[in-house]
Amino acid sequence: MSELSVNHLLGIKYLDEKDIQLIFETADHFKEVINRSIKKVPSLRDITIANIFFENSTRTKLSFELAEKRLSADVINFSAGQSSVRKGETLIDTVNNILSMKVDMVVMRHPNPGAGIFLSKHVSASIVNAGDGAHEHPTQALLDSFSIREKLGDVAGKKVVIVGDIMHSRVALSNIFALKLQGAQVKVCGPKTLIPKHIDSLGVAVETNLRKALNWCDVANMLRIQNERLDISYFPTTREYTQQFGVNKALLDSLDKEIVIMHPGPINRGVEITSDVADSKQSIILNQVENGVAIRMAVIYLLASKIK
Amino acid sequence: MSQKVLLSSKEINIILHRLACQLLENHLDFSNTVLIGIQPRGTFVAERLRKILQEEYGVKHIDVGFLDITFYRDDFRRGEKTLEATQTKIDFLVEDQKVVLIDDVLYTGRSIRAALTAIQSFGRPSEIELLTLIDRRFSRHLPIQPNYRGRQVDAINEEKVKVMWVENDGKDVIYLINK
Repeated sequence: MSELSVNHLLGIKYLDEKDIQLIFETADHFKEVINRSIKKVPSLRDITIANIFFENSTRTKLSFELAEKRLSADVINFSAGQSSVRKGETLIDTVNNILSMKVDMVVMRHPNPGAGIFLSKHVSASIVNAGDGAHEHPTQALLDSFSIREKLGDVAGKKVVIVGDIMHSRVALSNIFALKLQGAQVKVCGPKTLIPKHIDSLGVAVETNLRKALNWCDVANMLRIQNERLDISYFPTTREYTQQFGVNKALLDSLDKEIVIMHPGPINRGVEITSDVADSKQSIILNQVENGVAIRMAVIYLLASKIK
Repeated sequence: MSQKVLLSSKEINIILHRLACQLLENHLDFSNTVLIGIQPRGTFVAERLRKILQEEYGVKHIDVGFLDITFYRDDFRRGEKTLEATQTKIDFLVEDQKVVLIDDVLYTGRSIRAALTAIQSFGRPSEIELLTLIDRRFSRHLPIQPNYRGRQVDAINEEKVKVMWVENDGKDVIYLINK
């Protein structure tokens, strides 16, 4: 078993456990590479990658671009704001135009769920989903699990609670798939209005009391309220949300055990977690960012090696 | 498939001792010299040489590192399989050091070409030498020759040289396998 079972990374849903292990083992090697004084390897010198972002991103876009450059791939960047999409071009046309410039791989973020899946059926390039609406964000889930594995030794058997806006979060869905696949136990915690009705069908328990959830877990993954996706009011005020679902130092210190705090970013400090929690030694938020580059190098390397 | 023994355990041991002596002759106390075993199988040769030099010839300290060359190879996407990496472990700087690259079998020379590129990520060595246990001459694709060679072998392309180690395979022996 030394290659991925898929030709695109569209979501964790399409991976199996062996794929995740292969990505992690490869990422271990890349993590060693990016900690050298010269952080670049020449593997992908004949590969061209287009980063197509139809939605805003800072961390993910930088992380992908850095990963691609560390692998010596040629990179072109495209943001919808400055493009012909505004002039009415369709997604397939946009991408086919880019591909006719001999691009081998497309990393795409799009506000519509399933955009990557749709694209993979119509174009020849290898597609990496960098977030599609409220659907999936596979590389984020992979780097989250990789960070848990690094911190706690293994993901299997660990108890992870995902706190916040589960309904609108692609990070939550991808994380649930990834964690379940690796044998972790998963709970979600948040206002009932922000928890999808049939979430138990994914094998996930719901807990609406934050203190109980934190006392149960080994790892708490704190999510941001996705204000840009909230079409109606799901909770009375941000202040009330923070009182019930925000983690502060006092709460953290009063727990039975020391838990690990994660956050995919961007953080709204003082809303879902306070600054002293985000910057505490229990937080692995910046490790997640570092691991993001290694994970994305692994994913791109493994997918690129399947391009014929 | 047929196989014959190219070198027995005793012969391997004699050759390793000769190579250790040749290294010693050129590098004396190894204060400015590091040994780099090329992953996966050059590492066994490097570890054996370190053991002989330290235990039998009284060299106090030798830096030994392992270098994985997967990401530097020139056949990415050219084979059927994904190239799988192994661990790189170099806990020292090679800047201004004499580097001895060590591998078990020298064949086309492409691995060594990759290793020469890879080692640059760890600094600029003052010089680089090459030691191989088996040198398959007449099969080189690149102008690369070893400074130290254990045994020279004339093998045709269909043949394979298989080096086995006690640590990994249960016994020391080198086979020439005819597919």
